[in-house]
Order: sequence, then structure tokens, then C-alpha cells
Amino acid sequence: MATMIQAIRMALAYGEQHLGVTDVYGEDVGPPLGGVFTGSMGLKTAWNSPLDERGIIGFAIGLAMGGQKPVAEIQFVDYIYNTIDLLKIAGNTTWATAGDWCVPMVVMTPVGSGIRGSIYHSHSFDAMMTHIPGWKIVMPSTPLDAYGLMLAAIKDPNPVMFMKPKALLRVRPPAEDQLIPGEPNDEKVLKDMIDAPLGDRSAWKPRWPKLEDYTVEIGKGRIRRAGSQLTVVSYGRTLPLCLQAANELAGEGIEAEVIDLRSLWPYDWDMITASVRKTHKVLFVNEDTEVTNFGEHLVRRAIEDFFYELEAAPKLLAGAHLPGIGLADSLEMASVPQLASIAAAIRELAAEVP
Amino acid sequence: MSKPHLVSSKSGFTLAPELLVKMHDLMVRTRSLEERLIKMYKQNDGFFWIGGPGEEAFNIPLGLLLNKGQGPKYDYFHGHYRSMGVLLTLGADPIDALRQMKNTASDPFSGGRNFCGHASIKKWNVAPISSPIEVQYSIAPGTALGNKRAGDGITVVTGGDAGTAEGDFATCLVWSSRPGNELPILIVVTNNNWGISTAADTQHGDRVIADRGKAFGMKTMVINGNDPQESYLKIKEAMDYIRKEKKPILMEARVSRLYGHSSASGANFVTNEEDPLKTFEDRLEAAGILSKDQMKRIWYIYNEQMLADAQKVRLEPQPSPDSIWDHVYCGQKGKPGRYV
Ligand SMILES: Cc1ncc(C[n+]2csc(CCOP(=O)(O)OP(=O)(O)O)c2C)c(N)n1
Repeated sequence: MATMIQAIRMALAYGEQHLGVTDVYGEDVGPPLGGVFTGSMGLKTAWNSPLDERGIIGFAIGLAMGGQKPVAEIQFVDYIYNTIDLLKIAGNTTWATAGDWCVPMVVMTPVGSGIRGSIYHSHSFDAMMTHIPGWKIVMPSTPLDAYGLMLAAIKDPNPVMFMKPKALLRVRPPAEDQLIPGEPNDEKVLKDMIDAPLGDRSAWKPRWPKLEDYTVEIGKGRIRRAGSQLTVVSYGRTLPLCLQAANELAGEGIEAEVIDLRSLWPYDWDMITASVRKTHKVLFVNEDTEVTNFGEHLVRRAIEDFFYELEAAPKLLAGAHLPGIGLADSLEMASVPQLASIAAAIRELAAEVP
Repeated sequence: MSKPHLVSSKSGFTLAPELLVKMHDLMVRTRSLEERLIKMYKQNDGFFWIGGPGEEAFNIPLGLLLNKGQGPKYDYFHGHYRSMGVLLTLGADPIDALRQMKNTASDPFSGGRNFCGHASIKKWNVAPISSPIEVQYSIAPGTALGNKRAGDGITVVTGGDAGTAEGDFATCLVWSSRPGNELPILIVVTNNNWGISTAADTQHGDRVIADRGKAFGMKTMVINGNDPQESYLKIKEAMDYIRKEKKPILMEARVSRLYGHSSASGANFVTNEEDPLKTFEDRLEAAGILSKDQMKRIWYIYNEQMLADAQKVRLEPQPSPDSIWDHVYCGQKGKPGRYV
């Protein structure tokens, strides 16, 4: 079964073949490398851009206005910060022109910790990005969702930010996920077809499987585990950890419902509402720094909407409010939520009595 | 439009008298609009004025030479807040600029959301003009690639001299001249020697901005943007080259700034800079193309028209408060819910 990075690459291949994607570009995105995480190997429209993040975002806006369909990559989200005013323009152009222009573009970028990336390869961008209206924002936690969300992003007539949780790019899908439509059953066969060989790859060409359309609607979450005692809402790297913690805690008699938000904007408040009305307790988990965190917005909304139904204060478990994530294993582990801290937070919330 | 007379050979004009007369007409129309906008600001019929009086001799020829239409087969124009002359020349109705000044619901460029001079006309490939200095230079290469793929369309981007200190200017030079992937783009800097109150020579060691293009192997031009004939001929030469070669040109046009930076600095006429329209009128008269009386009449007609339009706009309603929710997303109208 495909890894998330293979799924993203297949989605882009499908996008080129069937959805009019004209340009997949960014730093080291084209041949010979095909992306620092191999996300764009073998794509026919992939090309290398100058090392200029402002140029990458500006060019995408221009391509979108010029009748093209770009998927632009920022190599690491840590380097997107000097493009913020251009991200704002992508997000406000339709509004500022009273609907005259639409800006159909996708930006994809690896986010978060998990690869011992130190201070400048570990940032999250949830809070910053959700502060820029006019965009849609997604972050998958499984390969199938990555495929479906990328196709949704490409089809959307608005700018879409596709955040790739770097810690999950090479993990295998969960048992309950189906194959990506068209994907061969055997992962070795898939690898042979779409992964470039090591060394000289100048003569190599991918053989894409006969991929099919599969869309995950932007704004729809997914219940990854049903439970009755509390609701855990997460996305990206921390999602599988929440799931694992919830499964382990079932042995202690704690039944947590785990929601994968999948889209940060718009997000599936209906799903959260239905779950919290059942469990009366909610924990939000993400790894962005905790002050002015996107999860804080969700906490506020939970308080406003569910105050009289809650049996405990809504909680947020997030990254420490620090200037960066340190390189040493001990530092990274202490900076962002891990299995143990998530399990502890679930246990504590479950134990609360009103 | 007045009937042209015979051109005197000493005038230095080589363009057809009909074209000169047409350019004059459009220049007066543009100036008249700007002066009406300033009056509206001063009479409290708008919150802020910024515009391009002093740049007509460049903007009108540019507007005449753009190949107008929608989509990448046609030229794209990425202007800035001094570009109204280009848009009027393309065919925009001055009353719409007045509407934006008065931020009425009927403002077709932004529905009362944006400053005057911040137009957007998708049906003619006029990219939305936004306030952040220089961002259009990062965006324009993208439409130029669309042009290159679709045929003979080109992209034109304009902005001021002080803004060239921003990284976006370098971005534009780099992305337009990638070896083997050069883009059909006319990169224009309208150099008025000022960034608000800061004189260019106190901040810029590059005496000739256009020279920066040379490092990228691109053709460069420095022109007198106060001369409509020179502007017309040089812009045409540049566009012909770009359309044929599919390569960029960096053009620096020296222009005047006749009412200061914006209403924030008073918007009063300055007397120590050349007024290109006055110069042009003197030449037209000397060449026997238009008489003083004929020109006076053109001014009168436009001034009256702008006044009547301004009075009309004054009565048009402001946008409804509910309209804030429209167009957050493509094709979306009406309040989608506070959090969507
Ligand atoms: C990024 C940014 N910084 C600052 C400003 C405020 N500002 C508006 S116009 C201007 C000066 C621009 O000068 P120049 O580029 O020479 O153009 P000119 O106005 O002279 O035509 C400044 C600093 C802005 N709009 N955007």
C-alpha cells in the first residue's frame, strides 16, 4: 500500500492527466531530484524554480490568473514566512475585487516535527495559515486522505494550502483504509512503477497505475475511532498518536472518540458537535506553539457552543511556546505532544468529574 | 475629437496627427478625472486619494498599445495606484473610478472595499491593483508564462522607483530571465525620483535602474516618459521585440509626480516638475495640430463630464453591511456562516 508521499505524487500525476494541472514547481521539485521528499518524482509538469519563496507564491498567483493550474511547493514551511503578504493577496484577491478574479492555486508544504529537523525544519503553520482568510487549508494523516484531499485541492477554484505532515510521509496506511483507486495491491510493484531508482535516473520514466478519481471533500472530518467518554480532535502528525493512545487506554476502560479534522479551514464543526454532545468532554491536540493556537479557537467555540453540556473544561494540548524545536531527541520530544503526553491528557480528562 | 490640421515639419512629431490628437484627448480625460478625484477628496467625498497625474504621457500610449482581451492569448496588465490613465485608455468609464473614490456599492472594481485607483478588470486582463508596493512584480511572471504558452500575448508590469528596493523586483528579473525559459514581459519602472518624501538619490546607489536588467542579459531601455510620442514609439518597439522574441525587457520611464504622493501629503499641484500635458499642448499648438481654443474646449467637456458624474455618484448608495461576507470565496455570495 502506498505511503503518503507516494499517494501525493499519484494525486499530482492524476491531476496532470485529468484535472489540467499545468505546473508542479518549487525548489528541487523537478528532475533530477523530484522533491526533497520525492513528492514530485517523474511528474511531467514538474520543474525546478529559483530559490525564492516569494517568487514561488507570486508566480502561482500569476499562473492562476493566467489560465494555468499550478501546484507550487515551499520546500519546508519554515521558509514560507517571507511570503505572508503574498499568501494574503492570494486569499484576498477574490474578495478585494468583489468577485472579479478567482485564484485557483495549490500550495503544498511539509510541516511539523518528527524528523529531528531542528529549529528550521520543524515549524507548524496552523495558526498563521488559519489567520489568512480566503484560503482553504487541509492536512491529511493517511495516504488515502492525502490523495483525496489533493484532488479536492486541485479541483477547488480557490487557493488551497496542502500541509504535508513530514513525520507521516513515509508511513503505511491504517488497516481500515482501502487502496487508492487504481493502486496495485503489492507495494513492491507500486515502488517499481513509480519510485525512481537510486543513482542515475536520467533515463527513468515512471509507469503510473491507472489511477481513478477519489475526492475527500474539503471541510469534512473523519471519525477514526468511535468512543463514548470523551472526544479527541486532532490532525496531521499527532493524529495517529491520539489514535494509539485511545486504543491503549481502552484497556483502562477509557473510551475516547478520535476525530481526524483533515481540513483546518473550513472545518467540520458539525462532526465535533455531534461527538461532544455525546461525550461531553473534548480535547484538542496539535503541535503548533500553544499561544494563539488554532486549537484555542476551537476551545473558545466549544465553550460558547457547549458550555452547559460540558462535564469538563475543553482542553488543548499543543507545542510549548518556544522560539523553535531543538535538535536533540530529548529537546524535540519535550517540545511537542508525544504519545505519553497525549495519553496523559486523555486520562486526565477522562478522570475529571463535574 | 477635433479635426487635425497640417503638421509643421519643425514640430518633431513623426506620429500621425490623428494619433497625437487621440493621445491628447485621452491625456486630458485622465488628468481631468484625477483632478476631480482630488476635489472629491477635498470635499469629503472620499477617504483617500492617490493617482497618476504626471504619468499620462506614458500611461496613455501604454494603454493604446496593449492588446486588450481576456485570457492568456491577450496581454495582461499588472499596474499600480498611478495607472488609471492606462485603464481609461483601455476603455474604462471614468465614473467607475469616481465610484471607487466614493466607495459606493456600484464600484465595479471592489464594491466599495478598496482605495481609489485600485482597479480590477478581469475581462481585459487588468490584474487587481493592491496596496502593497511591488508585489505585482512577483505575480506578473506567472501570467507571462500563460501568455507564452497561449500565443502572442505579453505581460506588462508597472511600479515606482522606490519600490525597486523590494525583493519582488529582483524576483521579477530572475523569474523573467531563467535561461531557456525567458518570459514575454515588459517590466516597467516609472521613475519619479520619489518614494513619498524620500528622494531616490538618498537611498539608491543604482543611478540608472534599468541597468539592473543588464546583469540578467535582458534588453533595457530608459525613456522620457513625459513625452507621449517617445513613449509610444519606445513602448511599441519594446512590445514588438517581446512578442517576437518571447523575452523580457526592463524599461525605465522618467516621469513627473504633479500632485505629490497622495492626499496624505496634501494633493496640491507642484510647480517645480515638468507637466507633460502642458508641454505636449504647447507642441501641438506650435505644430498647428490643435489650437488653444480647441484644447480648451476638450478640457471644458471633460471637466463638465467629471463634475456631472461626481454629482451622480454622490447619490449612489454605500455598500450594504451584509456585503462584507460576499466573495470570500470564488462565486460565493451571502453570509456563509461566521466560521466558513
Ligand atoms: C510594502 C509596502 N511598504 C510601504 C508602503 C507605503 N507606501 C505607499 S507608496 C510608497 C512609496 C512608493 O514609492 P515608489 O515605488 O517610488 O512609487 P511612487 O509612489 O513614487 O510612484 C510607500 C512607502 C506600501 N504601500 N507597501
